[in-house]
Amino acid sequence: MIEIRRLLTHVEDIHHEFGPVAREPLRRGAVAVVLTNPFAGRYVPDILPMMEALNPLGVDMAQRLRAAMDVPVERIEGYGKGAIIGSAGELEHGALWHVPGGYAMRELLGWKGERAAYQRGAGGAADATGQPGNALAIVPSTKKVGAPGTALDVPLTHINASYVRSHFDAIEVRVPGAPVADEIVYILAMSTGPRVHARVGGLKASEISKWDGLR
Amino acid sequence: MPAQIRKLVVQVDETRREMNRPVEPPTRRALAMAVIENPCAGRYVENLDELVAMGEELGGLLGKKCVQALGIEPGQAQSYGKAAIVGEAGELEHAAAILHPKLGAPLRAAVEKGAALVPSAKKRGGLGTAIDVPLGHKDAAFVRSHFDAMEARVSDAPRANEIVVAVVVTDSGRPLPRVGGLKVSEIKGEDGLR
Repeated sequence: MIEIRRLLTHVEDIHHEFGPVAREPLRRGAVAVVLTNPFAGRYVPDILPMMEALNPLGVDMAQRLRAAMDVPVERIEGYGKGAIIGSAGELEHGALWHVPGGYAMRELLGWKGERAAYQRGAGGAADATGQPGNALAIVPSTKKVGAPGTALDVPLTHINASYVRSHFDAIEVRVPGAPVADEIVYILAMSTGPRVHARVGGLKASEISKWDGLR
Repeated sequence: MPAQIRKLVVQVDETRREMNRPVEPPTRRALAMAVIENPCAGRYVENLDELVAMGEELGGLLGKKCVQALGIEPGQAQSYGKAAIVGEAGELEHAAAILHPKLGAPLRAAVEKGAALVPSAKKRGGLGTAIDVPLGHKDAAFVRSHFDAMEARVSDAPRANEIVVAVVVTDSGRPLPRVGGLKVSEIKGEDGLR
């Protein structure tokens, strides 16, 4: 069911954005995998088997992205995910990526929850006594149906608390030539820190206290 | 003055299947880009030596980034190309100064040998402008299986006073080459052409 056609990794170092040069540049990365869409061209009612089949790919992509970024997992502070579905597919095919993509990345970064519970829709916030692991926040996402070379702005937020304002960001990802009509592009993205000149207040990463994935 | 780098971008594009056929081994192309300040923006500057020196610096930096991203030995590199996008306060000649006089030697050192011309492209453009970096075999320009191009762009560059400098290095040719011409196995590698 999973047939990989292409893989693209993208890593960027941002030294400044016309303000003070960062002592350590912000590193952001994305990995995009181009797959054959097994459901292209027709309505298939039961697409859930593909979600299961994507699990190993999610793990592989998360590891591949971490390796391409060449930083230890402890340095990853932001993440996001996305999908671009070729024109013979539907948005719902992109939604298959939520669990296998998101939880692969969260587990890589130290999440201790139970993935199966979340997959059933039964997972709740962890017990908020201290920090119950890492990657507590929901992985923000976006998806669209698009032509080859379509750009997707993949949102990024802090891995432990969605409200950390300095880490609200987005990275533009596109694969030249993909997706063709019967392809899907699945994307994972990570960053090592806040926007390079973050200064609009709000909850700071150092102020995370509830450990509920939000604050 | 060394190049004032605002951003560095490295991409690897790996093709495993094409037209439902396996590509074995997969083709892999690495792209490295630097977004630099253009010291000559906004006025006519006769002597472009400063940009020439930046080209030399970036040829080595970006060439090594590509080889590192591919995870290969320098000698395993097969094709290469270079390009520059000049922001709107700059001149096409600024791209020429970066690309042509001195960028090649350190790039060739990064990929070992490199008898062939490094194919190039340049243009003036705004933020997110795409440039198709032409590719050719590094030791023999006539190798037909390795004529290719890789699209390069940076979403927020070049600003008016910036230049995007791109280098591509591959460890392969096109995914399913079958239009004949000189083959890799037939390279003499002496004159850079065949």
